[in-house]
Amino acid sequence: MILLLMPVIQIILFGFAMSTEVKNTKVVVLANQADEVTRQLIERIDASQYFEIAVIAHNSGDVDNAFRDGTAKLAIIFENGFSKKLTHEGKAHIQLIADATDPNAATSFVFYAGNIINSYQQELMPVQSAAGLIQPEVKMLYNPQMISAYNFVPGVLGMIMLLICAMMTSIAIVREKEMGTMEILLVSPMKPIYTMLSKIAPYFVLSVINFATIMLLSVYVLHVPVAGSFISLVLVSLLYIFVSLALGLLISTITSTQLAAMFISGMGLMLPVMLLSGMIFPIENMPGILRFISNFVPARWYIDAVKTIMIKGLSITEVGTDVAVLSVMAVLLVIASVKKFKVRLE
Amino acid sequence: MNEIIKPSVEKVIVTENLTKKFGHFTAVDHISFEVKRGEIFGFLGANGAGKTTAMRMLCGLSKPTSGNGTVAGFDILKQSEMVKKNIGYMSQKFSLYDDLKVWENIELFGGIYGMTDSEIKLKTDELMAKLNFENERNSLVKSLPLGFKQKLAFSVSIFHTPKVVFLDEPTGGVDPITRRKFWELIYEAAASGITVFVTTHYMDEAEYCNRVSIMVDGRIEALDSPANLKEQYNARNMDGVFQQLARKAKRIDA
Amino acid sequence: MNIIHNNNIAVSCAGISKHYKKVQALKNVSFEVSKGEIFGIIGPDGAGKTSLFRILTTLILADNGTATVNGFDVVKNYKNIRECVGYMPGKFSLYQDLTVEENLEFFATVFNTSIKENYDLIKDIYVQIEPFKTRRAGKLSGGMKQKLALSCALIHKPAVLFLDEPTTGVDPVSRKEFWGMLKNLKKQGITILVSTPYMDEASLCDRIGLIQNGSFLTIDTPEEIIAGFGQRLWAAHSKNMNKLLTDLRSNADVKSSFAFGDAVHITLNEDYKTEQLRHELEVKGHTGISIRTIKPGIEDCFMELSKSEKY
Repeated sequence: MILLLMPVIQIILFGFAMSTEVKNTKVVVLANQADEVTRQLIERIDASQYFEIAVIAHNSGDVDNAFRDGTAKLAIIFENGFSKKLTHEGKAHIQLIADATDPNAATSFVFYAGNIINSYQQELMPVQSAAGLIQPEVKMLYNPQMISAYNFVPGVLGMIMLLICAMMTSIAIVREKEMGTMEILLVSPMKPIYTMLSKIAPYFVLSVINFATIMLLSVYVLHVPVAGSFISLVLVSLLYIFVSLALGLLISTITSTQLAAMFISGMGLMLPVMLLSGMIFPIENMPGILRFISNFVPARWYIDAVKTIMIKGLSITEVGTDVAVLSVMAVLLVIASVKKFKVRLE
Repeated sequence: MNEIIKPSVEKVIVTENLTKKFGHFTAVDHISFEVKRGEIFGFLGANGAGKTTAMRMLCGLSKPTSGNGTVAGFDILKQSEMVKKNIGYMSQKFSLYDDLKVWENIELFGGIYGMTDSEIKLKTDELMAKLNFENERNSLVKSLPLGFKQKLAFSVSIFHTPKVVFLDEPTGGVDPITRRKFWELIYEAAASGITVFVTTHYMDEAEYCNRVSIMVDGRIEALDSPANLKEQYNARNMDGVFQQLARKAKRIDA
Repeated sequence: MNIIHNNNIAVSCAGISKHYKKVQALKNVSFEVSKGEIFGIIGPDGAGKTSLFRILTTLILADNGTATVNGFDVVKNYKNIRECVGYMPGKFSLYQDLTVEENLEFFATVFNTSIKENYDLIKDIYVQIEPFKTRRAGKLSGGMKQKLALSCALIHKPAVLFLDEPTTGVDPVSRKEFWGMLKNLKKQGITILVSTPYMDEASLCDRIGLIQNGSFLTIDTPEEIIAGFGQRLWAAHSKNMNKLLTDLRSNADVKSSFAFGDAVHITLNEDYKTEQLRHELEVKGHTGISIRTIKPGIEDCFMELSKSEKY
């Protein structure tokens, strides 16, 4: 049954919901004088399917904030006296700043924005003979060299840790059930919770080692620096490992064969992480229902937090939401698995 | 009982110095024996004596290291495909597909052995009548009681009228009455000319065999009718014979 | 905690029932096992043996009824029970990729003890596998695995030992050895509950319960069960055993007939004489006929008792 539904779900997901295309990207605009030309240009941008004006900034601090808390991925900044300069001096500067933590997306933003500006300018030309040249000036924020590793390192972190923790833990525990050793352990005076903890411990250590390896590789081989506080990054990662382990524990309590555990952690965790975490497909582009579901994918919050700390170089206080959501998830998962965990076989 | 036997197929299983080595370990060590058509041949031995390995070679599943043998007139080395076509196999562990219906299982195995549809249909009806299974024809195998399953599994293993049927501990864990009913089926099959090659841990079942071989450390240590063996070893029953022989085992059981 | 009425009772069950989906695994089972007894639960696969053991070892909960082990209730005091019982499940439950010694050490640790502490208890068994202590458990033969599993179940000197089909699939020689080990353990005061599908092992138990379809057919000492057979049992022989069985079956005066090793065990209607039977068999062409009275075994009793059950 599941095998029959799987392809249907995947096709629908990939076909309709998942796209790397730019759609309704949030834009912050900073224009000091709201004159005719700027207003028209802003309207053009807002009207396009690619962009949506989210914030009208009043100063550069607003722009910074919009990037920081992720309310905007692209900033369009008109220089002072934009319209005047355009008519009088024949040229004016417009600055396009893109959040380049996802370099591919950033390139598209800039490209589409540039196109809109160009076509507007061509319309402008014949009407106002004196129309000058709009000169866009592009800036890639956070990732000026456009290194793609900036995007995938957080994604890989989010996936590997989940895989090691959740999948391996659940399989290891369920294996004991299958082998029958669980029966003996249950009939021993050892507290069942210790049995669980002893099963979890090796995978905790393993994930920490994995985290360290990925960090070393990304910093020294891929040259992705940890822009923000390393301590914050470690703390967030530990929280995420904790969530993943609790997930693994929960899976182990509801399955009784290794195959089932593998299937649930594979299909139930891997796929959402790949598709709904924002690792490959930007969450903003998804239809509402998927965006809603993505809220329940721990990796989504973790990857966001890692991007913010590692790439954007912001402090842990900037990822408050992510940390809060992950903490709530951790608590709920632990409660659920402890409740589900039985001191008996069934 | 066996009037229709042709002399050429009189010996259904023949082995000569059949040997299987795994590295330095000789699992089966030069065994030679013959089994006649329609015979019930008990193949006994302690755990690790080499029974399973020997049986796998006879079924054409494993190539002997040296020696040769024929089963149903076919060479187990060169004609293993033909051997497989002419034997039936049943073990306690693998018997039938649990989530298929009774008739589906029969049709499947009949089909695997290349029987025609009309033949399968005819024989299925016959079998259902014989086993009093008509009402269970459309039941899933997993819903049947263990005794039923066992009988059905055996009937399926001889459905294509093989020359030999290999039974690997067919009655393990079965209640005494079902176990006896099962042996009655074996007798019936043997009477119809099918040779039965059976392993068991129940020593009373060894008594039901025409001849019994006892393997110790990869060799056949004794081979005769139960009555002769009991006399030879001065034992009251087959258990006594077995205990005397198996205790001789030198191979370290580990 | 429950008041223990009798200090001599190691295990007691009252009205235990258990069902899984549609299958009724245990039906209103009650019995008691005294301390220091070897109690055999004998019956075929699917009779409910494993379910019963799992209830007593606190692994599953019964639908109805109460049970105590060593005076502790299996539901309320399950923690106490887990400290004082040893359990060997039917499936081989050791770590296949740990060595013999590591397995033993592991279970010693789990039970808060050390190999040294109770070495004398397992010594007799463990010396036999000690030569292979660096071998992985997965590479051991059936008999050796069984010994290792028993050692592991004994490492904490349990008061009650539960052995679920320890001899299934094991050859007769190893089985005999295994029962020898159980006899020694009994001498050390351990109560042993053992289940088996092999009827011939019944005589090695102090008391046995014959179980079929989730309920006991009878519970008693093997001698009493045999004494309770209640009829004369005859062993019949002839040259053609297969025909003998068919002919006996078709004889209305033969109440039951079952192949039994090299003979057919039969019971006869009361006023039917063996001379008559012999004569009738001769008429049917049998030669070498012998019909002699024999003492029934547990298997005869099991079949006689289970006949009255719906089959």
